[in-house]
Amino acid sequence: MTDQANPEETTTSIAAPATSGVLLTLAHPALERSRANRALAKAAKGLEGVTFHDLYETYPDFAIDIEAEQEKLLAHDVIAVQFPLYWYATPALLKEWFDLVWLHGFAYGLDGNALAGKRLFAACTTGGAAKAYHAHGYNRFSMDEFLRPLEQTAYLCGMVWETPFVVHGAAIKDDEELKAEALRYRARVASLMTAPADAELGA
Amino acid sequence: MPFLIQAMVYLGAAVISVPIAKRLGLGSVLGYLIAGVVIGPFALSLVGEQGDIMKFAEFGVVILLFLIGLEVQPSTLWDMRKAIFGFGGAQVVGTSLAIAAASMLLGLPWQTALAVGMVLAMSSTAIVLQTLDEKGLRQGPVGRAAFGILLLQDLAVIPMFALLPTLATIAPTVHEAAGGHGASLVAHLPRWAQGLSVLAAVGVVVGGGRYLVRPIFRFIAEARLREIFTAAALLIVVGVANIMQTVGLSPALGAFLAGVVLAESEFRRELESDIEPFRGLLLGLFFITVGAGIDLRLVASQPLVLIGLVLGLMVLKFLVLFGLARLFGAPARGAAAVAAALAQGGEFAFVLLTFTVGAGVIGATLAALLTAAVAVSMALTPVAMILYERIAQMLDAAIPKVVPDTGAFDDSEPDIIIAGFGRFGQITGRLLTANGFRSTVLDSDIEQIDLLRRFGRRVHYGDATRMDLLRAAGIERARMLIVALDDREKTVELVETARKAFPDLVILARAWDRRHAYDLLANGADAVERETFEAALALGTTALQKLGYRAHRAHRAGAIFRRHDRKSFEDLRPVWGQEEAYILASRDAAQTMDKLLNADLARLRPGDAAGAWDTATLDEELKERAEREAAKRENAK
Repeated sequence: MTDQANPEETTTSIAAPATSGVLLTLAHPALERSRANRALAKAAKGLEGVTFHDLYETYPDFAIDIEAEQEKLLAHDVIAVQFPLYWYATPALLKEWFDLVWLHGFAYGLDGNALAGKRLFAACTTGGAAKAYHAHGYNRFSMDEFLRPLEQTAYLCGMVWETPFVVHGAAIKDDEELKAEALRYRARVASLMTAPADAELGA
Repeated sequence: MPFLIQAMVYLGAAVISVPIAKRLGLGSVLGYLIAGVVIGPFALSLVGEQGDIMKFAEFGVVILLFLIGLEVQPSTLWDMRKAIFGFGGAQVVGTSLAIAAASMLLGLPWQTALAVGMVLAMSSTAIVLQTLDEKGLRQGPVGRAAFGILLLQDLAVIPMFALLPTLATIAPTVHEAAGGHGASLVAHLPRWAQGLSVLAAVGVVVGGGRYLVRPIFRFIAEARLREIFTAAALLIVVGVANIMQTVGLSPALGAFLAGVVLAESEFRRELESDIEPFRGLLLGLFFITVGAGIDLRLVASQPLVLIGLVLGLMVLKFLVLFGLARLFGAPARGAAAVAAALAQGGEFAFVLLTFTVGAGVIGATLAALLTAAVAVSMALTPVAMILYERIAQMLDAAIPKVVPDTGAFDDSEPDIIIAGFGRFGQITGRLLTANGFRSTVLDSDIEQIDLLRRFGRRVHYGDATRMDLLRAAGIERARMLIVALDDREKTVELVETARKAFPDLVILARAWDRRHAYDLLANGADAVERETFEAALALGTTALQKLGYRAHRAHRAGAIFRRHDRKSFEDLRPVWGQEEAYILASRDAAQTMDKLLNADLARLRPGDAAGAWDTATLDEELKERAEREAAKRENAK
């Protein structure tokens, strides 16, 4: 793969059409069974400036509309992806979405700078407890390490990688704890809209 | 009186009075009865003695039971065992005892009182089923409960014939064991032989129906003589009635049994349609004879006694039936419907009365009075049903918030009503059932229904566009109506009426084509699916695969096509109805759509524009970079 996007090109392309807000892309194949992801999504989607986008509800058959999705990406400053960690990666449809929509010539490559300057934010729930995601835990690697592919995607596309939001042990949390996490999440998503975009791009 | 003139009187009376009665909302049964009273010996006296005609007309009841048997699968009968033996048995015993107790209070000796109780416990199969049919209640839980009771009453007649003579208090006038019930040839035999002959007769009916009727009918069918087929069908019914009568069983019961046996044969529908007209006419004749049999002189001489008898009989029967129905778990509304429908005396009462008089159990005067009371109570059944409906309506109006009881005996209410269960509805229905949703199916194809009943589905026979049927099926409490009818106009009609009656109901409909789909949406459907669209698309996708596409590429091509088609469907929806604008817009849209579709599909073709999993541009870029780096290394050397 190529390394990085041309910095000059990236900076000049920011004068794109007026954009705003967060595209909150949720990917959960069985949302009805996920207390944590439902609580998080519910807390964040009511925020002003957040466009809620439920991928599995929109494309149950995986037939992603590439044009429509690219338009959505263009129209927002912050691209947020919310998902449960499956086999240390994103659910299949979210991966498909990256594969089909974040194309060469659009998101990366010599002519691909449509997303440059935007921010990529990942919110992720895990079944395992926090201490499992550690060199001495049974998962052996940290969350930062497991999310490297997304971080690198942001880098290649000239985007700012935001610190991920992680809820560990989602299944064993009680309602009170989930409520607290949801409030924390809501505040975090809100802060993405108010915080000025980091001008320092990966040069 | 010459036969032709008599036939003219009967037919004329029916033709005049029945349509009038229907127009007045009284139902056809009451129309026939009134016609009978008018032409009878006690009014215009246009017809004479009813005895022979009565016997002929009773054959209508036999045919009715045969036709009902044809609609009932043995498994359905088994499912109804609780309604038949539990509810039915309790009704016969309960009503007999209640009427006997009342009769004793009126001063009758206990033997006579018990006999009167048994005679009056019977209800009228013909009147009940005809009335329920007209109200659209026969296929519902009310109809099933009523039918179960009527069936058991037919069975109960057998032990009654044995029991009644033992209650004799007067010296028997006629020595005939099975009296008016038809000449039983086995009556003189010892009891065990009688039992054996009954078993043998049932065996003949079941075995014959199973193994003999089919080859015979096939042989007749090959002759292609329709009237002979009809004759053969009638022959079966008459034959079975005779066999049954010979061993002292009720001919109606035998005919029912024969119907059940033949319900599984492929000739059932022909049998049904061939015999159906006889049923209607003979039943009409039966009702007329009942009307003509009402002794107006007796009514006039003892009006108060008669009124008291009729009211007492109907109120008592109603109360017993209502109480038992509630006990067996029916909602109040359904219980009231069953009780009102069955509160009359039945045609068996006439037969049993003749028999008891002969056996010296009941005196002739009392019997004449009871005959009149039973006939009047039969005539009042449609009135009782109308009364029930009025009261139910008033209650509905008084407490609009309460969801009205539809009279459902099933404890589980359906989530979904599926109208039409053919090639389309079945697939939809199976998916929903497999996911644990309860559905009730309405279909007008009896064969289809049988098949489904065998799979344990709740199926109602009938035209789903009829509101009363939908209500009986439980639409008031269902969450969704799925219209999968095989008829373009009826689909629209049903969507429209259902939407008007139930604004909150979710309605999904099967559409023919685009125009039909728009039409349905405009009439209130929440979602539609064009019946051939998905199948055609799937076949197209398979075709692409057979033409050499890899499966996933073919699948994606289909998916893209679907998306574009659905989008154009939505885009054109606003101009639908304005013919010219629609044509213009659709021509326009077709071109744009084709362009977009081609562009989208092009992404799937390797080497074309950048697309999914298409790394052509990336490969090129990587190649250039590699060349640049190679050149750099060359320079550095």
